[in-house]
Amino acid sequence: MSGFFSPFITKPVSVSRIMLNVLLALVPGIALYVWFYGPAILISLTLASITALGVEALMLKIQNKPVAFFLKDNTALLTAWLLALSIPPLAPWWLVVVGTAFAISISKHLYGGLGNNPFNPAMIGYAVLIISFPVHMTHWLTPNGLGEIAFSFTDQLNYIFREVLPGDVKLDAVTMATPLDTLKTQLHLNGSISDILDMPIYGHLAGIGSEWVAAGFLLGGLYLLAQRIISWHLPVAYLGTLFFIAALFHLVDPTHYVQPGFHLFSGAAMLGAFFILTDPVTSPTTPRGKIFFAMGAALLTYLIRTFGGFPDGMAFATLLMNICVPLIDAWTQPKVFGKKEKQS
Amino acid sequence: MRTLYQFHGGIHPPTNKTQSNATPIAGAALPSRLVIPLHQHVGNSARPVVEAGQHVLKGQVIGMAEGHLSSAVHASTSGTIAAIDEQLVAHPSGIPDLCITLIPDGQDEWIARESCEDWTTLSHSELRHKLRAAGVVGLGGAVFPSDMKLYSHKQKIKTLVLNGAECEPYITCDDLLMRERAADILQGAEMMRALLYAEEVLIGIEDNKPEAIAAMRAAVAAGGHQKMDVIAVPTIYPGGGAKQLIRVLTGIEVAAGVRSTNMGVQCFNVGTAYSAWRAIRFGEPLISRIVTITGNVAHPQNFEALIGTPMNELVAQSEQLAGTTNYIMGGPMMGVPMPSKEVGVIKATNCIIASSDAIFPKALTALPCIRCTRCADVCPSELQPQELYWFSKAKNLDKAEDYHLFDCIECGACSYVCPSNIPLVQYYRFAKSEIWARDAGKKAADAARERHEFRESRIEREKREKAEKLAAKEKAAQEAKAVQPAIAPVKPDADPENTLQLKIQTAIDHAKEQAAAIKPKNTEQLTPEQQAQIDDIEARRARIRELAKDATPT
Repeated sequence: MSGFFSPFITKPVSVSRIMLNVLLALVPGIALYVWFYGPAILISLTLASITALGVEALMLKIQNKPVAFFLKDNTALLTAWLLALSIPPLAPWWLVVVGTAFAISISKHLYGGLGNNPFNPAMIGYAVLIISFPVHMTHWLTPNGLGEIAFSFTDQLNYIFREVLPGDVKLDAVTMATPLDTLKTQLHLNGSISDILDMPIYGHLAGIGSEWVAAGFLLGGLYLLAQRIISWHLPVAYLGTLFFIAALFHLVDPTHYVQPGFHLFSGAAMLGAFFILTDPVTSPTTPRGKIFFAMGAALLTYLIRTFGGFPDGMAFATLLMNICVPLIDAWTQPKVFGKKEKQS
Repeated sequence: MRTLYQFHGGIHPPTNKTQSNATPIAGAALPSRLVIPLHQHVGNSARPVVEAGQHVLKGQVIGMAEGHLSSAVHASTSGTIAAIDEQLVAHPSGIPDLCITLIPDGQDEWIARESCEDWTTLSHSELRHKLRAAGVVGLGGAVFPSDMKLYSHKQKIKTLVLNGAECEPYITCDDLLMRERAADILQGAEMMRALLYAEEVLIGIEDNKPEAIAAMRAAVAAGGHQKMDVIAVPTIYPGGGAKQLIRVLTGIEVAAGVRSTNMGVQCFNVGTAYSAWRAIRFGEPLISRIVTITGNVAHPQNFEALIGTPMNELVAQSEQLAGTTNYIMGGPMMGVPMPSKEVGVIKATNCIIASSDAIFPKALTALPCIRCTRCADVCPSELQPQELYWFSKAKNLDKAEDYHLFDCIECGACSYVCPSNIPLVQYYRFAKSEIWARDAGKKAADAARERHEFRESRIEREKREKAEKLAAKEKAAQEAKAVQPAIAPVKPDADPENTLQLKIQTAIDHAKEQAAAIKPKNTEQLTPEQQAQIDDIEARRARIRELAKDATPT
């Protein structure tokens, strides 16, 4: 399809610009991440970015697709950042590299590349890592000030690249389970919600530090909404449903089911609501479909978090709902102009 | 204040109208020659009624309307017919069509015109006949013969919508026409209202044309027009599409394939109302129209151009600038590239944009669709353009039809916003033409199969008839033999002729039975009245089909 035909003008928008804006919207969350956990996250973001661009270039080359043309669309970078933000920053360097390489090569390019992958590549990367390396995936950094010992940036670098810890420091001394994970474990040990939340790792709503990072992602998400890069349907339906289900359980049994606010600001809920579920390629296209999709993802997130075996449910909820997208799209086709209900 | 309605989607491209709307309409210089196509309208091509070498007067019919749906074509000035042959016309296909080439004699001498002081003295059919003879067609771009849209009966149509929205960027011909000739437009509207028995006239003008709105409102007041409202509608593309404007003004959504008149609304472009008025009042056929010349020219402005004026001669009067690559007829959203710069202005030519690489840069390489649905957000037909794109690309034509491909008005809003730069509309045009080709092929195959089956059955029938005739003959002969002795005593003087008659009678009876056994088709043995009725229905169908097409935005 080439030639000269109408329309002869186009709006100056591009996939590259949209993705760049999404990357920008992640910056407040990342800044808060660095503030509370130190700069290790920047290392994993860099590692993921380099891997993503390298693997993307390689995959394009193998398929004889124009490399520079596709590389500058920024989609590989976004996948890389989302994956890096989903996994513990204090992990051996190869963890994020393996995850990113898998996400880009298998779940993106083997399905046909940009626009054709049925599953969110970052979440596939996460799923692969959590199943293959569950231990590495549970060592999350302790927020600054909470750890028993000070752990400098040099120490972080040493661990990431050489898996060496200074002197007699044990990994457990500088890492912890996520607030969501801790909650689950403590509940199994018959703690009550109010006792558990009194633990020093919890702040106003959820985990100290992590709740602020979530707030940073919320801020970025609002920016995306204001820029009309994403529509309200997915985040509102997701966060609303998650809040509603959590509130319902909490009202029935407040000692065993945590407040809804905790769910919204824990784990990947905020990141997921604004940055992961909203991946246009793997989410439904119709407004109603988006709402159903997000509601389903919220329900699954809650169920996996509360009753499942994994600390967070966002990734699997997303992937499970990704499967349903073609069906949701087909079932939610809107009525077209002049063919709605009978006019008076 | 009237409540206005909204339609879904729409876009706000840069309007680029100020370049050409600052100067009044200019008269165009008489061109060196006029190339007037005989097929400028929807329906049958006009039949040439002049010969090469013949001298014609301005306004003289050179092409006669042919058949039910057609329109006449006239000499735009006085001069000599140089040729009647196939030439390139203002159509992107570049396929030549029959044109009449006229060399002006410079006298610009009118044929005798039949003016009419008071059109109310004329019957509705007389008015329609005059419009048809004057070659009045829709000037908003659809060029549908106007007389065919002015049939109605009482209490059918409530609202006549006059379309002065002019939503396409760059185009300002309707704007200037409304500013300068508002009174004539309104007279035309009154006539149309009478023909349609419509109660009210709603004139929709986008609010980026305050001068036109003011001029039209002043003319409504000055002319004492009742139940006629000039309404400023929001500037949003494609708000000037007939369906979109009807929706905004009345709240009615006219679905694809439905005639707006069945929902109580008829819609005309303001230019059409003007031309209809000139045709009836002054007996002036449609031989000129306002054309916006803009784009890569030094002085963009509007001209009153004769139909047939070579486009380059018209553009030259606005001083074409260097770097002009080609001409686009219409606006940047729905306009069509011209196969040559010399093609003649036609009745559908509302605007000529001299295009250059700076004005309309080459399309960027398309990325894959990322399903962002910005296209669905702006689609005025509320379609899912991304789905239609996938189905069209995969040639999944049935699915494309299921997803309402034919509701697409090709406004181009989806392509405009696509971040992947996919030429979406082009895919839809492709899919539509594939479906038309497939359906035409299917029709031809069906017809061939029917012909074949009919032939088979005819041969079969003839064989059977022959065999039965033969059998009847023998049977009759045997019966005659058997009967003869028995009858003989009773009728000793039995005439051998009787046997013969009996045989003949038997054969005739058999033949009659045969004929009765083969049931006639319901389309055979029709009374003349029935045939007339069928013809009438067919004509109406043709009209409906054409009307359905007649909904392109201006």
